Amino acid sequence: MLPELSRDEILRYSRHLLIPEVGLDGQRKLKNSSALIVGTGGLGSPVSLYLAAAGVGRIGLVDYDVVDSSNLQRQIIHGTSTIGKLKVESAKAKLLDLNPDIQVDIYNEPYTSENALRIAKDYDIILDGTDNFPTRYLTNDVAVFLGKPNVYASIFRFDGQVSVFYAKEGPCYRCLFPEPPPPGLVPSCAEGGVLGVLPGTIGTLQATEALKVLLGIGDPLIGKLLLYNALDMTFDFVKLKKNPNCRVCGPNADIKELIDYEEFCGVPSHDHEDDSAVSSVDITAVELSERVKTNHLMLLDVREPHELKISSMPNAVNIPLGQLAGRLSELDSADDMVVLCKSGSRSMRALELLTSAGFKKVKNLKGGINAWAREVDTELPIY
Amino acid sequence: MPVLRIPTPLRAYTNGQSDVTVSGSNISEALADLTTQYPTIKPHLFNDGGELRPFVNLFVGEHNIKDLQGVDTPIKDGEKLMLIPSIAGG
Ligand SMILES: [Zn+2]
Repeated sequence: MLPELSRDEILRYSRHLLIPEVGLDGQRKLKNSSALIVGTGGLGSPVSLYLAAAGVGRIGLVDYDVVDSSNLQRQIIHGTSTIGKLKVESAKAKLLDLNPDIQVDIYNEPYTSENALRIAKDYDIILDGTDNFPTRYLTNDVAVFLGKPNVYASIFRFDGQVSVFYAKEGPCYRCLFPEPPPPGLVPSCAEGGVLGVLPGTIGTLQATEALKVLLGIGDPLIGKLLLYNALDMTFDFVKLKKNPNCRVCGPNADIKELIDYEEFCGVPSHDHEDDSAVSSVDITAVELSERVKTNHLMLLDVREPHELKISSMPNAVNIPLGQLAGRLSELDSADDMVVLCKSGSRSMRALELLTSAGFKKVKNLKGGINAWAREVDTELPIY
Repeated sequence: MPVLRIPTPLRAYTNGQSDVTVSGSNISEALADLTTQYPTIKPHLFNDGGELRPFVNLFVGEHNIKDLQGVDTPIKDGEKLMLIPSIAGG
């Protein structure tokens, strides 16, 4: 039995009730439905706002991050007043302000192989708004194992993708992307940037697909992938087929339970500044500030030229990571060298490249020029 | 000649070009022409053995070449080819 709508709810949803495809019964269906939104960032912001406004009865939010000033260029569910607060708390308050008639359940924890099935099992659909490959593969596999639709969207710079991966009726994410790209090949938004309005465009399409699936109306993007490019203002559609060799949804699937997704993708399951322990190839910003006083050090900055306008180190040589392999002859392997980038991950890949090319005296500036700006030169901006 | 759409992450290797006109009567020839025009894109599409990397998805019109004849899929003049990137931002 579907729940009844109160007098207040009938007024609130009157524009929905007027559409024959939704109507009173559709609105009651939404009230009875639940959606889990993985990630409360760029995509999670418009997605959760519109699903809440539409009257989806129960919304789950998974995120373990806190609101940072650099989020607000696109994560419009949060605000200057919630900087430093938990994202799930910040989002919940905004959603309940928009619609106090719904229930918002928050999970202030990373979405992992240990908790994902438990969290997702009580929801009708799952929306993938995560920011990294490991969590995307995890979100897919959870949806396949639980037999639920995975409403997928993904963004990078000016590009967006939307699909509904529903293994019962069509392909899953792994059918299209059996393997992740090698670590470092595709930059994350924290490294490569993203147009702030892009998750708005793509997230509202994702929310549209979720509502269609919950209502059982229209033609959802099952077996289809939407590709959007904001610069060219193009929308392209391609057909997706179930992959007979898919390792989770194919007839000979060999992955029957959740795996170690960080190991599978070779990257951490977050899009943060590197917070790992200092390794033997690292030099911290403070150590570097001491070393430059006494030693001659060659500083190699592997960021893109447009980033140097934001912040730079005096006397650093700039070779963008993408050009490094072709420009090794410009460097002397006899030099003591420190490689740096924005936050330490591109420089780590540069270090690996240099090491495999025979450079032995190379260190990685831990945390990048942002760490230098935090710990040494506090006049320098952080980005 | 067929036109190949390049996704943003790979445009760094095509001088920023979003669409590259390639010659060839099948995918293999078209990609060979692409990598002749823009050699630095090659390692992003092919592994050391010269095979298309598994995460590379190439579509002819609306169909994945994996659902057609792979790199032997024939292509017609003016056909639209699309490289679909694996992106993860959210
Ligand atoms: Zn599959």
